[in-house]
Order: sequence, then structure tokens, then C-alpha cells
Amino acid sequence: MKKLRFILEFPPECSDKPLTYHLVKDYDIKINILRGTISAGKEGKLLVEFEALEENLEGGRKFLESEGIRLVPIDRQVVLEKEKCIHCGACTAVCFTGALILSQTDWQLLFEPDKCVACQLCVEACPLNLITVSF
Amino acid sequence: MGISKTYDEINHRIAKGEAVVVTAEEIVPMVEEQGVKEVAKRVDVVTTGTLGAMCSSGAFLNFGHGDPPIKMSKIWLNDVPAYGGIAAVDAYLGATEGSERNGAMYGGAHVIEDLVGGKKVHLRAYGKTTDCYPNKGVDGYIDLESINEAILFNPRNVYQNYTAATNSSGKTLHTYMGSLLPKFGNATYSTSGLLSPLLNDPEYRTIGIGTPIFIGGTRGYVAWYGTQHNSSADRGENGVPMGPAGTLSLIGDLKEMNGEYLRAAVFHNYGPTIFLGVGIPIPILDEEMVKYTSVRDRDIYTSLVDFGVQRRSRPIAARVNYEELKSGEIFVDGRSIPTAPLSSFYKARQIAQELKEWIQEGSFSLNPPVERLPGDKFVNPLKLEEG
Repeated sequence: MKKLRFILEFPPECSDKPLTYHLVKDYDIKINILRGTISAGKEGKLLVEFEALEENLEGGRKFLESEGIRLVPIDRQVVLEKEKCIHCGACTAVCFTGALILSQTDWQLLFEPDKCVACQLCVEACPLNLITVSF
Repeated sequence: MGISKTYDEINHRIAKGEAVVVTAEEIVPMVEEQGVKEVAKRVDVVTTGTLGAMCSSGAFLNFGHGDPPIKMSKIWLNDVPAYGGIAAVDAYLGATEGSERNGAMYGGAHVIEDLVGGKKVHLRAYGKTTDCYPNKGVDGYIDLESINEAILFNPRNVYQNYTAATNSSGKTLHTYMGSLLPKFGNATYSTSGLLSPLLNDPEYRTIGIGTPIFIGGTRGYVAWYGTQHNSSADRGENGVPMGPAGTLSLIGDLKEMNGEYLRAAVFHNYGPTIFLGVGIPIPILDEEMVKYTSVRDRDIYTSLVDFGVQRRSRPIAARVNYEELKSGEIFVDGRSIPTAPLSSFYKARQIAQELKEWIQEGSFSLNPPVERLPGDKFVNPLKLEEG
């Protein structure tokens, strides 16, 4: 079994389709919806974690793309201006999923996109205003 | 016989490039392996470092006289008000002063950072005309090169220990201790622990008025004891205060500083502040200074204070040490609370290392304090009398 986490971007014409039903029934994908902004008739975004056999994940991905849905890796939606970071750790204080952590050896900031749920708490917490999250 | 060294002996070794210098982190395993006496013999200087938010900071600027001259009284730099009630073309720009256009995101700290970064800054000033100052307004651009002096002069920096913060209330609080999540969702702290300057000289034996320091990437000085200097704070058996205690007023030439160690910042719903890097060298005069400088994170305690109670005296939720705080998790009444720093230990190490190299190269000598910091001061609350 393999896990994948990404943001699904729905164009307005897709936002009323029962896509998760097909992913579960046709591709046997276990879906964990971590965050979402979507309503019928409007474009929307869904942060999801899929767990399934690799071939089913690939099948599910192709199915979503054929329906006009974009699959965006989460690390492309979270931008951290690392070269300006002073590694103070203020963002790690609010990162309850542990995606932003300080290394216990060199005390530099580390970002693990696989743990991020795009909650955006870090955006306000960074005193240097170095983090942007598109969701 | 105990080991004893003088400043002159240490400076002589520095001048010859023979001084043995280690950081306040490196001395810990040395003492564990070699003992206090041996380390006192071998080591000449221990360097410390910290880079955190230091709100009580600002710069005196002298713009130079124009023609016709003006006595500036109302002054703005990039729309941030600066204090103009000193002479004709002097001003004090406070780090936490907000811009009149966008004070939540830009303030005095940002102007200082822009100046250090070589950027042009918009100066507007007005004044009452007098016989000797006939001009009533100026409007134009200055930069760090074009003005006479830019002196970073900070009334209170480098707190000797500080409280850690948590939040028992049901809502997220945005404070100068960062964002505190509801129901003890996190705890923040803000000193560099075993690298923190005044925690390595807890009784102020060597750090005093006139002590040369690393400030913002250049050499500066301790100008005075800092405001709210609270040397009477409770101390542990090792002499280390267990909460906010001594503070320092620092001075340095802004023209010589660099953005690696001076950064403007904003705490959400609090406003602008400045992250400033400071390092202080501590001469190893004797074995007592080895004991002081080999303090470990586990030997330094502070109070975990509940910001959920929004009063001057906030309740203390627990007493914790920096080894626990730096581990990423503390336990209070059986509850696990994730912890995070607000001052950069990464940068603190870099500063202690850079200061060590300056001393090793012979370009930074030490001197005894001109006067020692007071050891019996405490902080008063606001005493307001009805008029």
C-alpha cells in the first residue's frame, strides 16, 4: 500500500460530481480529506491523502485528470523563502502536524510537505513573513 | 592554588594569536572530560550568542543640515514617525513604531533594516521656523551613507532568562511570545539557553558597563544596565536566575552592521519588532568563571506562564528547564505540551562562532567593565496617582 498527499483543484463544472464514490468503488482508494473549500457550481480545492495499491493510485489519478481535475503536490502550494529564514522556530510553534520542525542537531528549519495540511497557521506565525500558502 | 588570569594576560595572548577561545556550548563537554581546573588553565575566553526579538531597540540618526537649515520636530521615515525632540537634525527611531500607512506590517525595525540593506529611505520633516532655522519642511530620500551618524542604541536587550509562554484559554492568542494555541496547545520560549550571554555570567562579574560585544555583526559596547534590570530575581543554587532578571543597554554603529544579524519582524496582532544578534565574550579569569560558563541547559530553569490570563501578573503553570524546552515537548500536570523557540539557536551558534574567530584572529580584545552592573535592582509596576 502506498500513500500520496496532494491538493485536488476542481474547475466549476466538476464540483458537483460524485468523484470520491468512483475512487472508492472503482479504484479501492482509502481517502482521507484533510481540508477542503468547495461548493457546487464554483471552483474548489480539496487536500486529500490517498492510500491504495500503486496501480490503483495510478488509475485513480488518471481518472481524476480525465475529469478535468488538477492534482497539485502540496509542496508546490507552500512557499517558504528559505534563504531569508533565520530559523527562529516561531512557525514550528503552531505547526500541530509537525510538518515544520527544527532539526535537533543543527537547529535549522525543516519542512516535510507530506505532513502539511495547508492550515496556514504558519503564515501568520512567521515573524519575517516568509511563508505563503495557496489554498 | 587556584588559577588566576588578568585581562592583560588574556589580551596579550589574543594579540599574539595564541588565545584559546571556545563557545559556551563547546566548554560543556570540555569541563565534563577535563575538569574545571584544567579548563581554567587552558581556556582564555568563552563566547556566547543570541538572536531574538529585542523590542526595546532603536537608532539615533543625524541627517545633517540643509540649506536653508531646519529644526526638525515632526519626522517620518518611510511614513514611520521618529522622535524629533532632540536638537535640529537628530532623531530617534524606535524599532516597534508602526508606519502610519501600514503599521501592522511595517515599522521602525523595517526602516532600520532597509538602511542597513543600503536602501533609500523617504524622509519627511517639519519644524517651526526660527531665526536660526528658517526652513519649515523637507521631503526627500536619504540612505545610510548620506547621513552623518546612525547609532543603534537599545535601552533593553539580551534579557538574562525569560519566561516561557502557554495559553489555557479557549482561543488562539497572538502575543510577543508568538502565536499561542488554545488549551495548552503549545508553549514558546525565547533565550538561547546555555549560549545566552548573561546566563554565562549570572552574577555580572565580567559583563558590565563598557564591555565590548558583538552587535548586529560589528563591535559595540554595553552602554549601561538595561531598563527593567531585575538583578534581584530569584536564583537557583548555581546563581542562575529562574526568570527574567538582568538586562543590558547596548550601543553600536549601525553603519557597520549587516542584515545577517539584524532583521525586521512582525508578530501578528502585536506589530513590528527587531531580531538582533548579540554575542558577548567572557574572559576565564579563574575557576569560578569556568563553572559559570559551563552551565548546561538542564541547569537553567524558567517559569511557564499562562498568557490565557491577561493580567500583569500571570499565573505560573510550571517550572521547566531549557533541556526540557529544547526537546520539543514538556509535561505539565501529566499533559504533553509541544514547545518551540522564538530565538534562533542556529544563529546564536553562528554568532558565538564568529566572535570566537574574531578573538582568535586577534581583532577583538577584551576589557574589564568600567563599572559593574547593579546587583540589587528590581522592577517596579506602574504607579499611577490621581491628579
